[in-house]
Amino acid sequence: MAKKRKSKLTFQGWRRENGRVGVRNHVIILPLDDISNAACESVGNQIKGTLAIPHAYGRLQFGEDLDLFFRTIIGTGANPNVAAVVVIGIEEGWTQRVVDGIKKTGKPVTGFGIERTGDLNTVAKASRAAKDYLQWASELKREECDISDLWVSTKCGESDTTTGLASCPTVGNMYDKLIPKGITGIFGETSEITGGEHIAKARAISPAIGEKWMKVWQAYEDDVIQAHKTDDLSDSQPTKGNIIGGLTTIEEKALGNLEKIGRKCRYIDVLEPAEAPAKGPGLYYMDTSSAAAECVTLMAAAGYAVHTFPTGQGNIVGNPILPVIKLSANPRTVRTMSEHIDLDVSGILRRELTIPQAGDALIDMVLRTANGRLTSAEALGHREFVLTKLYRSA
Amino acid sequence: MGIPQFLVHNKKDTVGVIVVEGLKAGTMMSGVNTANNSTLRLKSRMVIPIGHKIALTDIKMGDTVWKYGQDIGKAVADIAKGEHVHVHNLKTKRW
Repeated sequence: MAKKRKSKLTFQGWRRENGRVGVRNHVIILPLDDISNAACESVGNQIKGTLAIPHAYGRLQFGEDLDLFFRTIIGTGANPNVAAVVVIGIEEGWTQRVVDGIKKTGKPVTGFGIERTGDLNTVAKASRAAKDYLQWASELKREECDISDLWVSTKCGESDTTTGLASCPTVGNMYDKLIPKGITGIFGETSEITGGEHIAKARAISPAIGEKWMKVWQAYEDDVIQAHKTDDLSDSQPTKGNIIGGLTTIEEKALGNLEKIGRKCRYIDVLEPAEAPAKGPGLYYMDTSSAAAECVTLMAAAGYAVHTFPTGQGNIVGNPILPVIKLSANPRTVRTMSEHIDLDVSGILRRELTIPQAGDALIDMVLRTANGRLTSAEALGHREFVLTKLYRSA
Repeated sequence: MGIPQFLVHNKKDTVGVIVVEGLKAGTMMSGVNTANNSTLRLKSRMVIPIGHKIALTDIKMGDTVWKYGQDIGKAVADIAKGEHVHVHNLKTKRW
């Protein structure tokens, strides 16, 4: 099952102006706010091969919630899977703030405000810019890059007991092998580590980072879960899907989830949602929700280029700019939802496949994806772009 | 041995996971402890779906249930060896 790998792990990627390497070459049409989605989608329809990324927010946010909003939008444009960006917003001030943030990467980016122009003239101007960017990007060449240039994120979803037995340990085995080779990794899902806090804390690189992690977890527990829960957390953790799959308690779910960080690697820092890693190669933790699209969107905004997604019952999430690789060990899911699964590791349950062999197969799939293989989520058009909101708008 | 019908994470565990579809009550099953590859035998006392847990030993109401060698909650009913363990007899200690 596992294919023989080259001794030196390389892939063909696009090296961007700031040195980061992307595995996709998107030209995106990025709305500042909800009311600019229509203009962005018009440009995306007009200029074939560009990608509009509509979303629900961007108006009357403030404070920490507004900071997170800008970090996510700017981070999405800055991601190395994106070659160039056209930003459209209702007014020019915040539109320019997004343009300036993305411009720090050195990539082509320009912005348009709709007020005093209207949708139609804005779409005309933005379409011309998008066409120029698309034709420019189409001539950019891939080059051979070392595996250490690759940023690989992970988050699991619609978990069941097979994720803890097989697909999450497969991701863990991948990290145990690739983190020493210099890749940058990340995991998150703060609420879903409840029951495994002692394990997560102990996997920090130092006691200080472990304490930093514990503060993040405790804040989530106090400010979000305890503040808003009903007596049973409304069957949200574990989810109905988790329960059908055989998971009974949050503790059990957390212990399976943490299998994604393997046996050896330790995380070197704890990041805010959508914050880009700044301590060099290694594994990071990000404070995220456990909702799949929110979490993957935040990791894409932090600059990750390939995502590995273990699923049990069959979460089908994708992302507009970040290829999401699905792996599953549940034989029923692999059989009934085969179009969503990139890597079948159900052989682990039958004891036909070892976890190290499955880890090698996943590394192979990560490299194939980096080299251009479209994931199932990409082929099926899954482009979930979901912003995390911390509290109500003003 | 052939394909196992259940897997166990850790020798401390009091539950295992059914990993085959269509398991019938009364089946004499073979299982594997994945930590050390040792084999186990256990009779299922009821129909248990794939991915669901089975008691490896008699568990008393109030007992902590162990999986991955860790605490995953408490039994809220007596559970006999070979019975299905799920939301009807196991609850979180957290919320």
